[in-house]
Amino acid sequence: MKTKLSAENLNISFGTKHVLKNIDIQFVENQITALIGPSGCGKSTLLRSFNRMHDLSSDAKITGKLQLEDLDLYAKSVPVTEIRKRIGMVFQKANPFPKSIYENIAYGLRINNLPCDKSVVEKALREAFLWEEVKNDLKMPATRLSGGQQQRLCIARAVALRPEVILMDEPCSALDPVSTLKIEELIVYLKKKYTIAIVTHNMQQAQRIADKTVFLYLGEIKEEGPTKKIFESPENEMTANYIHGHFG
Amino acid sequence: MLLKSSKISTVIEWGTLLISTLLVCFFLVVVIWEIVSKGAGQLSWEFISKVPSEGMTKGGILTPIVGTVMLTLLTALFAIPFGVCCAIYLNEYAEDNWLTRTIRASIRNLSGVPSIIYGLFGLALFVQALQLGTSLLASGLTLGLLSLPYIITTTEEALMRIPNSTREAALAVGATKFETIKDVVLPSAMPGILTGVVLTLSRAAGETAPILFTGAAFYINQSSGYLDQEFMALPYHLYMLSTQHQSIEEVRPIAYGTALVLIIVVFFMNLTAFYIRFKYRKNATEM
Repeated sequence: MKTKLSAENLNISFGTKHVLKNIDIQFVENQITALIGPSGCGKSTLLRSFNRMHDLSSDAKITGKLQLEDLDLYAKSVPVTEIRKRIGMVFQKANPFPKSIYENIAYGLRINNLPCDKSVVEKALREAFLWEEVKNDLKMPATRLSGGQQQRLCIARAVALRPEVILMDEPCSALDPVSTLKIEELIVYLKKKYTIAIVTHNMQQAQRIADKTVFLYLGEIKEEGPTKKIFESPENEMTANYIHGHFG
Repeated sequence: MLLKSSKISTVIEWGTLLISTLLVCFFLVVVIWEIVSKGAGQLSWEFISKVPSEGMTKGGILTPIVGTVMLTLLTALFAIPFGVCCAIYLNEYAEDNWLTRTIRASIRNLSGVPSIIYGLFGLALFVQALQLGTSLLASGLTLGLLSLPYIITTTEEALMRIPNSTREAALAVGATKFETIKDVVLPSAMPGILTGVVLTLSRAAGETAPILFTGAAFYINQSSGYLDQEFMALPYHLYMLSTQHQSIEEVRPIAYGTALVLIIVVFFMNLTAFYIRFKYRKNATEM
């Protein structure tokens, strides 16, 4: 089992607010790792530190060692666009570009100077289980798709770049149960090729798809381990209370 | 009793709002009716295709039409590129600190400065200091300055309405900040930006004070439109005909005709803004 993505002694603060404290975490290649914990515990902050989304907020202070294999993600010599190409991201709310379905996939390929033709776009859409539904409407604005379709389009947009890791920030929180199941099925299928880190508030979802589960509370990792173990015999009392819905 | 009094107050509340609305509409209708009824008789192909002649008592208003069109184009040329770039810098690049906030507040305040001040400033800077003379170019630059704060403010507001999740989407596929703005943010904000631009230009087209000292001429009896020369403009022409002409009664119909043409020009510019908004909204939702 090879570690694909890791953080060592990671601390993040925004202004005076210390959001993540001494985080050590490893994401294993071709596995799904779920991050769970009550709102505000720092799950999304942790996820977004890997593709350097915090670069946008000027008051974010990040210390620690974040690595994609041997690559230091915060090294000055590494262009941030390169990192974001290798570490894709799917957001909580589907955010397709205000462009056509085809352009939504093609755009990322083009700006990264990757080959971009209809077959590449088709392959990405097929991988996101979306091709059959949109193959006749590739010129249609992406905003006309349903919420679940838009989210699968965003996944297709991420996989089109052939990333190594895909970060998912509550990708199903705005979707109905049927669309959620479709996306879960897709995530499980994608782990054959990619390493996946997913933030979720849905305990059943974590149990259905994750190989490993990490429980965060107030910016600290309280417990981590194989999903089955976390949910069936948690060692930490807080973990037990959280997964049984006593707080959070 | 209680019920009755609340009924009365409802009627009063409703009535006050209705009467205010009707009053506003009444004056608008009177103004338009006055101008259309007295100016419509003047409208003809000759009126808009002939230059004014015989001391502006005869002929058409081609010269002021050409002048106003040229002036508006010049204003657009000076104000749009700088205004839009400035708004992009302020909204997308500048950090939110006291300097940025001061700059932004200053720009908002500039849009409240009376236009006659711009006129005097244009006279001092463009006409005299830069030695452009009273000319179309000097007036265009002055109107450009006047339009800048409006364009910056409306563009910035259009950019602010684009949610951050849209920017993050582009960044997450490896776009640089500039690519994100160029390829995703600007196209999304375009309807708002264009609407602001057109409304600003239609306002500039109707301005008199800034061109008064910087290049507008009382009377030119030939077609003009050269950058280094004086020009005639519709609003100034109207002002002249209504208050400064020696045979004011004789030229009154021409004045009404000019007012009508000016209103039509501004109306069409506003209609363009309306159409742009409508078209983009339609594209976004269905297409």
